[in-house]
Amino acid sequence: MTAVEIAAAVRSGQQSARTVVDEYLGAVAEGDADIRAFNLVTEGQARARADAIDSAVAAGRDPGPLAGVPVALKDNMCTRGVPTTCSSRILEGWAPPYDATVVERLHAAGAVIVGKTNMDEFAMGSSTENSAFGPTRNPCDTSRVPGGSSGGSAAAVAAGFAPVALGSDTGGSIRQPAALCGVVGVKPTYGLVSRYGLVAFASSLDQIGPFTTTVADSATVLDVISGPDHRDSTSIGESQPSVSATLDNGVDGLRVGVLAELSGDGIAPDVAARVQAAASALESAGARVAKASAPSAVYGLSAYYLIAPAEASSNLARYDGVRYGLRVDGDSTPDMNTATRSAGFGDEVKRRIMIGTYALSAGYYDAYYGKAQKVRTLIINDFASVWEEFDLLVSPTSPTTAFSLGERTADPMAMYMSDVCTVPVNLTGQAAMSVPFGVGDDGLPVGVQILAPALGEPVMFRAAAVLEASR
Amino acid sequence: MSAEAAAIPGLGAPADTEWETVVGLEVHAELATETKLFSASPNRFGGDPNTHIDPVSLGLPGSLPVLNEKAVELAIRVGLALNCRIQPSVFARKNYFYPDMPKDYQISQYDQPINVDGWLELPTGKRIGIERAHLEEDTGKTVHIGGGGRIHEAGYSLVDYNRAGVPLIEIVGHPELRSATEARLYVAEVRSILVAVGASDGKMEEGSLRVDCNVSVRPLGSDRLGTRCEIKNVNSLRSLGRAIEYESRRQIDLLTSGQAIEQQTRHWNEDDGRTHALRSKEEDYDYRYFPEPDLLPLDPSPEWVEQIRQELPSLPRDRRLRLVEVAPSTDADHIALAVERSMDELALAAIEGGGAPERVMTHIVHNLADGPGQLTPDALAGLVGMEDKGELTATQAKRVLAVLVDGGGSPQDAAQSLGFEAMDTGELESLVDGLISNHPDEWSRFCDGDAKLTGFFVGQVMKATRGRADGKAVTQLLHSRKG
Repeated sequence: MTAVEIAAAVRSGQQSARTVVDEYLGAVAEGDADIRAFNLVTEGQARARADAIDSAVAAGRDPGPLAGVPVALKDNMCTRGVPTTCSSRILEGWAPPYDATVVERLHAAGAVIVGKTNMDEFAMGSSTENSAFGPTRNPCDTSRVPGGSSGGSAAAVAAGFAPVALGSDTGGSIRQPAALCGVVGVKPTYGLVSRYGLVAFASSLDQIGPFTTTVADSATVLDVISGPDHRDSTSIGESQPSVSATLDNGVDGLRVGVLAELSGDGIAPDVAARVQAAASALESAGARVAKASAPSAVYGLSAYYLIAPAEASSNLARYDGVRYGLRVDGDSTPDMNTATRSAGFGDEVKRRIMIGTYALSAGYYDAYYGKAQKVRTLIINDFASVWEEFDLLVSPTSPTTAFSLGERTADPMAMYMSDVCTVPVNLTGQAAMSVPFGVGDDGLPVGVQILAPALGEPVMFRAAAVLEASR
Repeated sequence: MSAEAAAIPGLGAPADTEWETVVGLEVHAELATETKLFSASPNRFGGDPNTHIDPVSLGLPGSLPVLNEKAVELAIRVGLALNCRIQPSVFARKNYFYPDMPKDYQISQYDQPINVDGWLELPTGKRIGIERAHLEEDTGKTVHIGGGGRIHEAGYSLVDYNRAGVPLIEIVGHPELRSATEARLYVAEVRSILVAVGASDGKMEEGSLRVDCNVSVRPLGSDRLGTRCEIKNVNSLRSLGRAIEYESRRQIDLLTSGQAIEQQTRHWNEDDGRTHALRSKEEDYDYRYFPEPDLLPLDPSPEWVEQIRQELPSLPRDRRLRLVEVAPSTDADHIALAVERSMDELALAAIEGGGAPERVMTHIVHNLADGPGQLTPDALAGLVGMEDKGELTATQAKRVLAVLVDGGGSPQDAAQSLGFEAMDTGELESLVDGLISNHPDEWSRFCDGDAKLTGFFVGQVMKATRGRADGKAVTQLLHSRKG
């Protein structure tokens, strides 16, 4: 059942939320030993919540558009009283005293949170192998990675452990695992979904979005979690039109560009072929398809790997052993800080903190962080020109299908290349999503990325629905 | 140097004939908002440790700052009062590890502060340039337990985050102060301005006003700045003066003995009256400033700034100028004191109500240190008028004033209640004439020039009138009778 179907059945009393939740919890109990999608399954709370929803329905109240829908949360979203680990040892023992805004909105819409999913530590990675709790496996082929950093959420949906999961996308961390696991994944426009309660990796890039099996489910979830939030200063202040409402409007007359910079070198031919097929499908549905170019997009990855670590080096400073999480004693406060951080952070996190610290240092700021910000502006300007001619763009989401566990862990640069197609959108703040569109030569899922200008979600979802229907 | 300046002790006389002290001050003031700079926790002094907190002021993972509009308004008030340009500004993160800083970075403003290029005028008339006055958040407080509270000997430390996130305005002045006295006048002036515009309570003793001072010395006449040292932990105007004097002396001694000044951050120790090296420039933090991505650039509309400007109360400098206009012969420091104590309105009204300016200002400066209480301007003017007419002696006037401060009312009623009825001249004359005829020996000795006898006669008059008579008037009368 899709989320939309579950909600309809629960709201109408055809099915109890408790039955739905029990069913999904059963699937987790049965299958997650192999997949390891979850860091924590909140069984008791989920069942109690489902019962409360059933009582509400029985009392004639409407629990909301996600009534009884099980939702898995990436373990970097704060849940009151429930451990939130970011898959890091450094947050050992910490349970937030508050819920993230998205959690509040899910609750208000009748959703049932079933657990917290595995991720690359602090969302740094593209394979979910950088987790202190061990890797998550791809349900399509358990010898492969699910992608990352929201690999646990993508895998949970792909494995049928939950119809909906939330992830966070800083450089592709929703779209890339969605592509690798064969599910829909959305990176909304920066500011559309509140970041309050999302443990920060890179504040100017982070954005929360849904994983689902269908485009309509993602639209429903996005409509629930998006909207202004006074607790996030970067939240867009005006409510946006419903994405679900125009989902079936088609793409007739839309101008769709195939982004040249993300279709050539480094893209596996079988993946590139699926993107061409997607473009054709849109054309058959009435869209006008042409080549598009944003020349500076090729510098996106370099700029990203300076800006994101720079912000991360500052965002992760607070894990110092003083207030919460892990503390390893030392002879002095600085010794304690060092011992705690040395023991608490994994290698990739340390690598990025060092890169970021360096990029912001006196004497290097202009050459690294400053230059990267200029490149970011160039990319924004290039895309602004593109949007004068096109309504949407298509590209691969990931240059390859899912790679094997361990294949890229020894080579950070190879791992970083996984993000080459997804990173530019985070730098510009635009909307993008990955829609499954067939398989590669290895039989593994290929995701097509649809890019839209800021707040272009309604049009982007129309194209996604067309691709889904023509699959 | 103006005549007013000369009236202030210490000012205008350099401490050293060969060296000049150069001081630049950074004043941090806590803004008097209801809530913190980026969260809804109360901004309140005191309270049990860690009770004025929330996820944002603790910097919990996932929390985000939201700018307090009132703090911005107060910062703009301060900027306007300091004659600054109000400009679009950007918050920045100042990164360094410290346990009482919850996020291990401080949200401050760096290369684009809200207020720039201002000035303030000391009561002496000297103008000091203000480089900037920017917004930032305060840190918590660390308490070291054991080892007498000293960090190196402490058994452990506790942190109270009640103060973390309290809004601060940091006012950075140009190094244009030339003595400890000027520095004190400057801080007093900043404080008066902050209090006048309602931006801060300005209490140094509660830490809501804190000063870091940069001190250097140079040969008199040189226009190059010497190597400076920054002094921290200056917690009162008195310590500020002492610290600057000590530090300037220390630097002069080093230079005259052929040694160089090392650029350092130094700690003022109130107990031994010295500054001690904390860290050298090389050991200083690299703060890795970068724009705060969790906050939007701040761009107050010109209309809003203009509205704030219209609503600004009268500032200390203008208030001093108005008072000088009506009381031109008053010392500059007395004028400044009246304004600082917020008694300039009272003085102005009393003078405008007919009170002699000198007498009014004397009462304001010397006799009303605890505030005016129930005293009205009319009553003060009336009291001064009675003194002018010789109806009250200076001593009596002080006692009448005390009654007026405590309970209000008119000076006539107060004088009567104290038994200070005015003596008319005829009554006094007949009393003096009677004494002269009753004490012929004393009178002839007085006439021969024995000054001691003045006291005898005055004393007799005071005794007979139970102190109602004016001693000066009696003396005058005696001399006039002598012929």
